[in-house]
Amino acid sequence: MGQTIIEKILSNHCGQSARANEIVVARVDYVMGQDGTAPLAISAFHEMNGKDVFDPSRVAFVIDHSAPSPNEGVSALHKLMREFTREKGFRIYDIGEGVCHQLIPESGEVGPGSLVIGADSHTCTYGALNAFSTGVGSTDLAGGLISGRMWFKVPETIRFVCNGTLRPGVFSKDLILYLIGDVTADGATYMSAEYTGEAISALSQEARFTIANMAIEMGAKAGLMEADETTFDWLSRFTKRQFIPVTADRDAVYADVREYDVSKLEPQVAKPHQVDNVAPVSEVAGKPIQQAVLGTCTNGRLEDLRIAAGILAGRKIHREVRLIVAPASRRVFLDAMAEGVIQTLVESGAAVVTTGCGPCVGTHNGVPSDGETVISTANRNFKGRMGNSKAEIFLASPATVAASAITGEITDPRKFIK
Amino acid sequence: MQFNGKAHKFGNDVNTDYIISGKYKFKTLDMKELAKHVMEDLDPGFYGKVTAGDFIIGGTNFGCGSSREQAPLAIKYADVSAVLAKSFARIFYRNAINTGLPVVECDTGQIDQGDELTVNLAAGIIENKTKGATIPVKPLPAVMIKILNDGGLAAHFREYGGFNFD
Ligand code: SF4
Repeated sequence: MGQTIIEKILSNHCGQSARANEIVVARVDYVMGQDGTAPLAISAFHEMNGKDVFDPSRVAFVIDHSAPSPNEGVSALHKLMREFTREKGFRIYDIGEGVCHQLIPESGEVGPGSLVIGADSHTCTYGALNAFSTGVGSTDLAGGLISGRMWFKVPETIRFVCNGTLRPGVFSKDLILYLIGDVTADGATYMSAEYTGEAISALSQEARFTIANMAIEMGAKAGLMEADETTFDWLSRFTKRQFIPVTADRDAVYADVREYDVSKLEPQVAKPHQVDNVAPVSEVAGKPIQQAVLGTCTNGRLEDLRIAAGILAGRKIHREVRLIVAPASRRVFLDAMAEGVIQTLVESGAAVVTTGCGPCVGTHNGVPSDGETVISTANRNFKGRMGNSKAEIFLASPATVAASAITGEITDPRKFIK
Repeated sequence: MQFNGKAHKFGNDVNTDYIISGKYKFKTLDMKELAKHVMEDLDPGFYGKVTAGDFIIGGTNFGCGSSREQAPLAIKYADVSAVLAKSFARIFYRNAINTGLPVVECDTGQIDQGDELTVNLAAGIIENKTKGATIPVKPLPAVMIKILNDGGLAAHFREYGGFNFD
């Protein structure tokens, strides 16, 4: 009987043949914490009588969620993180370096076959590199820091086969929103998602990250893709390290196999206040917005900024709209500057904030007011997510966000794309 | 472990932003302070309505969303004795066990707001005293029972210096 990708990666890390529903204790290749979770992990580390981290070269903390610090409470937590990393001798990515889920892939430390835990639910993003990476809480993070190991229930897998070709103006964000709407917010709970098919193969590496990033929004533990030339080309920009790709066996056992033809897909939006509350953009077009957000670990990469700039070039955003841009990393920011993308965005009226999470999680950088509507490229639209439970958040692709920023209402981006 | 208390009922997909909003969790490591804001976007003033030992009752997918461990901790520090739901999101479920908040999978359709419950975790039985009914409980995986019995993952590590499930 064959194995799925995740069964193989876990087998390679636990020294036995791992099968769905078994519990294994596995070696981890990389461990990450961010400023929302690391401080509590430091407390747990001490409570566990931790002395050193298992391998300082395989561990990093990232200050991205509230960066730079908006108040003294957060400043104290950031300081705690800085001191801990200095004492234990491992890397900290400080303010302005970027969002954890962009930085860890860019570090070249993670690739096909890796096993990663991160104390952030969107750690599943690296599945786009054929790695099993998953989110854990602070106590698990502390356990991982100390032991370099973690226990897992080997998940069953749902295979998403995406056939056909995305039409112009329709992006990987639209596809993943559609899939989440289809399987629902808990349709893949405790499971792994494998994304495959010609529509996935045709995507750039950056577009693939968007899909893997949102696996958690269907409840999944991981969202994995096979590695191909696109993957290795992307990785070669960041590392010389060789990774061995992990493929699913032909006779692997799946909990479900779902086939889609993406050719007729329209741009999609997730309506408030649930990520699986998905509709084609035509259904909500015309809804006035006051704030637009371009960035986050879902869609803050160079390609995303380029797509938005392509639409905003030579145009101004609507006078009643604020457009907030947070590049996903310093490298993305620099590349976007070198290409003139940032110039275009700023000329159109965008406010660029520090690279990192931006206003995604409601701690700073653009908290909406009561009764306001936001359209964002982020991955969550829960009530209060951006810091105000009386605001509404719609999720969409960078193209839809850019188009909506111009018109001041939710807009099908194909209006601006020839 | 046996708990007695009242049911505070919520719907499906109660996410971690509702349990404790990001705007509070980033500010402090003082869990007692965070607990004052638990569930406030769904039920303003919820903290004041809880009597020690009460239960939070959810539908499906309780605790979906972020990996913030402040979510189970805020519930625990609000003196809620356990969360009962039809199903849980996986990171929340792990975090709850790791931090010693009992989470119980069961058919919460048989529990209404304000019902008086007795939950016996060892025996795996929930008694709904208001309705005079018993509700069966889905048992936890052995690894989780071990962690709970050890007093949470930190205590487990103190005892064994690492993971030990043999
Ligand atoms: S950008 Fe948003 S979703 Fe991504 S890690 Fe930051 S807060 Fe979380």
